[in-house]
Amino acid sequence: MGTVPLEHIEHPEAWKLPSRGYVAMSSLIIAESAIFTIFVVAYLYYLGRDVSGPTPREVLELPIFGTVCLLSSSFFIYLAEHAITVGKMGAFTLWWAVTIVLGLIFIIGTGVEWDKLITHDHLTIATNLFGTTFYSLVGLHASHVIIGLIMLLITLVFALTGRLNPTHAERVKVLALYWHFVDAVWVVVFTVVYIVGR
Amino acid sequence: MATPSVPIPNRVEGVVDQTPPRTFAGTYLEVIHDWVVTVDHKKIGIMYISYALIFMLVAGIEALMIRAQLFFPENHLISPFVFDRLFTMHGTTMVFLVGMPILLGFGNYLIPLMIGARDMAFPRLNAFSFWISAFAGLMLYFSFIGGNGLTGTGTAPDVAWFAYAPLTERAFSPGHSTDYWALALIASGIGSIGTAINILATVFSMRCKGMTLFRMPLLVWLYTVVSGMVLITISPLTACQAMLTIDRYLGGHFFDTQAGGSAILWAHFFWIFGHPEVYILVLPAFAFANEIIPVFSRKAIFGYPAMVAASVGIGFISLGVWAHHMFTMGMTSFGNAFFTLSTMLVAIPTGIKIFNWLATIWGGRVRFATPMLFAVAFLFQFLIAGLTGIMLSVSPWNWQLHNSYFVIAHFHYVLVGAIVFMIFSAIYYWYPKMTGRMLDERLGKWHFWLMLIGFHLTFDVMHIPGLLGMPRQIYTYEADRGWAIWNQIVSVGGLIQAIAVAVLVYNLVHSYFKGREAGPDPWDAWTLEWSTHSPPPAYNFASDPVVASRRPLWDLKHPEDPDSAFE
Repeated sequence: MGTVPLEHIEHPEAWKLPSRGYVAMSSLIIAESAIFTIFVVAYLYYLGRDVSGPTPREVLELPIFGTVCLLSSSFFIYLAEHAITVGKMGAFTLWWAVTIVLGLIFIIGTGVEWDKLITHDHLTIATNLFGTTFYSLVGLHASHVIIGLIMLLITLVFALTGRLNPTHAERVKVLALYWHFVDAVWVVVFTVVYIVGR
Repeated sequence: MATPSVPIPNRVEGVVDQTPPRTFAGTYLEVIHDWVVTVDHKKIGIMYISYALIFMLVAGIEALMIRAQLFFPENHLISPFVFDRLFTMHGTTMVFLVGMPILLGFGNYLIPLMIGARDMAFPRLNAFSFWISAFAGLMLYFSFIGGNGLTGTGTAPDVAWFAYAPLTERAFSPGHSTDYWALALIASGIGSIGTAINILATVFSMRCKGMTLFRMPLLVWLYTVVSGMVLITISPLTACQAMLTIDRYLGGHFFDTQAGGSAILWAHFFWIFGHPEVYILVLPAFAFANEIIPVFSRKAIFGYPAMVAASVGIGFISLGVWAHHMFTMGMTSFGNAFFTLSTMLVAIPTGIKIFNWLATIWGGRVRFATPMLFAVAFLFQFLIAGLTGIMLSVSPWNWQLHNSYFVIAHFHYVLVGAIVFMIFSAIYYWYPKMTGRMLDERLGKWHFWLMLIGFHLTFDVMHIPGLLGMPRQIYTYEADRGWAIWNQIVSVGGLIQAIAVAVLVYNLVHSYFKGREAGPDPWDAWTLEWSTHSPPPAYNFASDPVVASRRPLWDLKHPEDPDSAFE
């Protein structure tokens, strides 16, 4: 039995619905934005309220290089998205790998920064309000970057072993959307922590 | 087989899928395995609902113990430490292990069927969400026996369901009770967000042909709004738990007043979650009412577009009222005024919905089957609950009654009088679809009347000790307060409600084996789930439905007078 018409449809054109991958990733992004908002609000609320310990102005240096790497990785992942859409798997793998390298540089930079803060400036999560809110907020972002990097790496492995092809373009673009989100969050976190906060 | 209460017109027989479900002749182990590994939204929905009903009994027993302790003044049936754990667990269980699962369970079961889809958008995510929620509940209850607490008699959370900091900081809660609370809620929150993502993807991407957004059943609309709210609301709760855990284990200072931290920040963040959460709990009750009231009034819902707009409006406004839980915490008068006004504002779209339900019933041919009895009680009770809420929104009034039994009476009026009553209504309405058997109507009426009498005895009267000044969360009170008689009436009402629920449990079990066969459409309803066999086959629809109006089955049954001619 074919489709059971409950009534004749008056519009015979194609029935187009948004792809579920995009809806799901957008929903996840909304949820993650909410949690980042709460940590940003906590950070802003507690600015200047430390009773002791290092202040942002004393110990924070602008992470310019890491930021440039992370934000440019958005451009390279866009190149990768375009490459897989038009079927150029070689170009895709290249730009995808560049994105991962840039993300790794960012994370390593964060690690170096935290090492300096902990050993040199004696700023830990338990030191004072600034320490607590700084490590929580930047740490939350860094953990999202790490999860993104893991997903990107898995995809790279699939690409290198020849298992990825242009029919997967849609799924790859959904993952890239997550990466764009992570970059956008960094813009906010950077502004709040390193510009407004100092 | 007895005839169903409303005969199905013969014209429908030919198009309703009559494939009988596969009779599963497996061993017990095979059946259990089938349920454990399932990704079928119907099975997952039933597991959510069953899980919630079991925890409803547990939390109900906790409530009965509270009522027993408060029956006499200066009673020492239960120690204050155990009493603290009882009301904390009662609240936490009812919100997170009963309310959320049962509502997400009904959503899981119904949404794909109502939009003509085969399953949810992400079936494995669905299963994951259920199992992590289930794990969260078990972890929370493990706290009763796990570890050594303050008194060594178990470490269930005892900090109230909203767990204000700094009471929950290491200094004041040295045991593990708070940790069980925080971790269980993080896990349960992950499950809720997963289900919300799933519902949104399903609704936007998997509707059958012809089902535009404005032809979806209103239940699906309301669950869409709920899911959007869950995304924005649960994350602040997760943030709270993360901050609390950082404070407790990593030496953080989020709520450490000695280091400049702020207790008020916890209150803000928690209630930014907590208030929309109760709207997340009540909107599905509206969803059930939107489906049940029209069918039993034999009239389409009045003002569908207004209902959509009102639901979305309630969703938005409820995100901006949270500090009405904080009027006594010393906000500025501007803050108090703003939240008073925003709370009153939410009454407007809610009022639109109530008027539309009344307009649906008006002029209809009302059938007072059990689902409709509960739905009518819901209308009255939700109205009164809303009115006491408006009273509490006035900050000077709130200053007198904050943390009193008046507040408890108000929110139980909504939670029990509106939400639980509609859950019962939904159970009677959709049980036939889920199991293929009708629930016994006579037992249903016993359940309803006992529940109604018990509910009103308890929660109408409970406003009085609140007005007389009885605070929340006290484990006993002096004899000369004049509260004793009211507490006794409240407790008797609680017992009557317990009997009512026992009747329901008996009905659920007995009817599963001996209930009248339901057939696909026992209520002569109009949405797509009633066009499948009861219970539906695993694939839901043998062929993809195509709809042309909001009431596809009406169009089928009345081809001479289809809704599609008017839409």
